[in-house]
Amino acid sequence: MAEKLALYDATLDSRLLLGTARYPSPAILAQAIRAAQTQVVTVSLRREAGGSRAGESFWELVRESGARVLPNTAGCRTAKEAVTTAQMAREVFATDWIKLEVIGDEDTLQPDVFGLVEAARTLSAEGFRVFPYMTEDLVVAEKLLEAGCRVLMPWAAPIGSGRGVNNLYGLRALRARFHDVPLIVDAGLGAPSHAAAVMELGYDAVLLNTAVSRAGDPVAMARAFALAVEAGRAAFLAKPMTPRDLAQPSTPVLGRAFDEGAA
Amino acid sequence: MRIRVNGEPCEIAAQTLESLLTELGYESQIVATALNQDFVRAKDRNEAMLSDGDAVEILAPKQGG
Repeated sequence: MAEKLALYDATLDSRLLLGTARYPSPAILAQAIRAAQTQVVTVSLRREAGGSRAGESFWELVRESGARVLPNTAGCRTAKEAVTTAQMAREVFATDWIKLEVIGDEDTLQPDVFGLVEAARTLSAEGFRVFPYMTEDLVVAEKLLEAGCRVLMPWAAPIGSGRGVNNLYGLRALRARFHDVPLIVDAGLGAPSHAAAVMELGYDAVLLNTAVSRAGDPVAMARAFALAVEAGRAAFLAKPMTPRDLAQPSTPVLGRAFDEGAA
Repeated sequence: MRIRVNGEPCEIAAQTLESLLTELGYESQIVATALNQDFVRAKDRNEAMLSDGDAVEILAPKQGG
């Protein structure tokens, strides 16, 4: 693929970012990363008991995949928690990339956009390259850019819901307003058709986890999403036709047989 | 002294974060640490003194979305 995706200091061929959680086994995760041809995977930090090697073996698997890591601040509920978690992640994963999540609602896992902007400002000033998980709100997007973010990641629907795009108008408006900012749809996609749909809108990439990891066959689903993302991107570049309310014959009407009214 | 480690009450002998990791069996494990919600770099753990009632977080790589 000749067309590249630029995210901060990285230039990528793949427009599919993949989460690493909730796979049936580490082996299936490794195969799914390969099948998705992803170049960026998300990871997190969690409490671990002394003497456990679980985290280390997972980290080894990710390193062997060759993918770049995007650590998250999943589960953080305040800007302070998110900033501290990001600082810890930078040391462990040796990257200044951070997927910034500040959760504001237990039921929808909707981001607390006020805490998000605050944390984004602090982290950007500390040299982090912030990937904020946000709603599709135009004003929040503007504030995040002011805070130093150079990539935005609006949700399609609540995390893990698999609903697809909840607010098509909102995602369209965001794309139209920030046409030169890399936009990644993060969260809520359930099927490859959802991924293709947002790529057709002109989104630069998608970030998935549950839709792949909880599929009946995660490896096959990873491949299906990779194809959908590529198809959606190609369709966007090819400029889809404008939908119409009424039919328009595709075969020329002129010269139609049995047309007694023709001159 | 009595502190909290990863949310659990813990009676410890260690005086510093560095020695706490050894005491709890984290030696050579890949972890990041925070003391009372502030990040403590690996190289600063030896100077991070613990006090009664402190809250320590010890985090390791994990799958994430």
